[in-house]
Amino acid sequence: MSTLVTTGVPSAQDIAGVTPPEERRARGPYATIECFQPIPCDPCHHSCRFGAIQEFEDINDIPKMDWSKCTGCALCVAACPGLAIFVVDETYSETECLIAMPYEFVPLPEKGQPVKLTDRAGIVVADGIVQRVVAGRKPAGTPVVWVSAPKRLATVVRGFILRKEG
Amino acid sequence: MAVRTTELVIIGAGPAGICAALEAASHGVKTTLVDRGEELGGQLIKQTHKFFGWHKKSAGTRGVLIAKKLAEEVLNNENITLLNSTEALGYYDDGTLLVETPRGIDRVLGDRLIVATGASERMLLFPGNDLPGVYGAGAVQTLMNVHGVRPGDSVLMIGSGNIGLIVSYQLLQAGVRVAAVVEAMPTIGGYAVHASKIRRLGVPIMTRHTIKEAYGKEQVEGAVIWELDENWNGIPGTEKDLEVDVVCLAIGLTPLAELLWQCGAEMAYIPELGGFVPLYDETMETTRKGVFVAGDVAGIEEASTAMAAGRMAGLSAARSLGKVSDLDYSRLRNEIAGELEGLRSGPASAKILSGIAKMRAMLQSVKEAAAVSEAEPANQPANQPADQPANRPAKQAASEPAKEGDLAEAGARDSEAQGNNGSKSEEAVGA
Repeated sequence: MSTLVTTGVPSAQDIAGVTPPEERRARGPYATIECFQPIPCDPCHHSCRFGAIQEFEDINDIPKMDWSKCTGCALCVAACPGLAIFVVDETYSETECLIAMPYEFVPLPEKGQPVKLTDRAGIVVADGIVQRVVAGRKPAGTPVVWVSAPKRLATVVRGFILRKEG
Repeated sequence: MAVRTTELVIIGAGPAGICAALEAASHGVKTTLVDRGEELGGQLIKQTHKFFGWHKKSAGTRGVLIAKKLAEEVLNNENITLLNSTEALGYYDDGTLLVETPRGIDRVLGDRLIVATGASERMLLFPGNDLPGVYGAGAVQTLMNVHGVRPGDSVLMIGSGNIGLIVSYQLLQAGVRVAAVVEAMPTIGGYAVHASKIRRLGVPIMTRHTIKEAYGKEQVEGAVIWELDENWNGIPGTEKDLEVDVVCLAIGLTPLAELLWQCGAEMAYIPELGGFVPLYDETMETTRKGVFVAGDVAGIEEASTAMAAGRMAGLSAARSLGKVSDLDYSRLRNEIAGELEGLRSGPASAKILSGIAKMRAMLQSVKEAAAVSEAEPANQPANQPADQPANRPAKQAASEPAKEGDLAEAGARDSEAQGNNGSKSEEAVGA
């Protein structure tokens, strides 16, 4: 039984299955879809303008990625009703990666703001900085926040907490 | 006492009732929509999260926006009369629905009735469950998302079904701490994406755990949780004391079916559907002729299926009033049935499908028994529906060309009966 259904945290095996191969990760930003259960939902496929998220045969299909077509645009991050999609750019700098995450809280962070980076269990693992904030499309859209993080944590960081001032 | 006459009465203006009304009205049926709330939309008005489903339907839209859109359609539809802030009191053999409006008690006389009353929340027994601060998840949502009131500062959520997970997320969005989500079952009940979403925000989800007690003088000041063994008994020594001022119960829903009991529809206890539900055929008609159902009252599911089932009930009611041509009827019916089938095709719907199959088998035996007792009138039980006067014949239908055969009978051929995938009894789900 995967830890996904006992704790809500996907297992290492779950994550390995939605992470592209090394050579693709070294080539530029990619989407990773952390959606492991067949549920009736298909907006991710329709949000992709590049055909990277393949068409669903059945509404309950788990999304399938064609990473050769993915540009890392993050439209799917904003579209996913389950807030389960992230874009990771491991080519951001020598030491850092950039991670796009859905964020449905107010106030939205600002560019340059320092944050505490968290893993899939909500545990703080490092410090990061907000690099870009894309407000959600009115009225239903989910804002997307791009945060820089240590490169070694590219597959670990999946959330952030705004640092309290003072 | 005012008397209102109408072709179709619908009780409940949630997703099922509204979609039933819009469908029926689109065929020219004069429809009266009754709801005890002030606002249209039922539970949708509290759903601030994005919905799953089909991109071409409402997927990705938030429930509250769906409610707004549906409400506008209802208010702009000249075939629909809305009676809001109005409670349905009882439905009688002559087709009278007694309602309590803000001005007093009225009679609504309809040719057909659709019951879309939804569900009520289950209660859990534990010491301290009567303290102020113990809420149902629906109340927490109403406070926060309708009235903008925080229910407290720190919450223990009981139950990890989709409602427990979603309300936990909404609490976090409102700036309320969620100390933990406890779940008595060995696995999380709701969708993994909802669970992962709150887990990422640092909320522990503890399976095989439940609440032992809530304590406090005037209100909840804390709660004790503990682990459960294989036999659902708390394990001494595993207690954890949580400093919370709210205990939120999200342990499931049960159909709000009193009106159906009262009006004499055959009911059955089907745990997979959430408790006592009416027996109904594929057209959504109950054993009380002319009385249809849709939404959670027909079995606990979710809003997307409720909307589709509502359309089916509205279509069936319109058809039985002679308002839909054969061609349109079969086209629309296939379309809606296909949508329902798609929504229910995943593993998450196995339980509901086995419940529906069970219910249909019971309906079949009720119909067979009725056929036998009709053949031997002397044995006819007093409470047989056939004894009661059938619904008032539709005035409009009388002028329509006669439809051969009884639709309800035709619809009873059950295609879902084979879909029984090992139903398990889950009556002991204490959360």
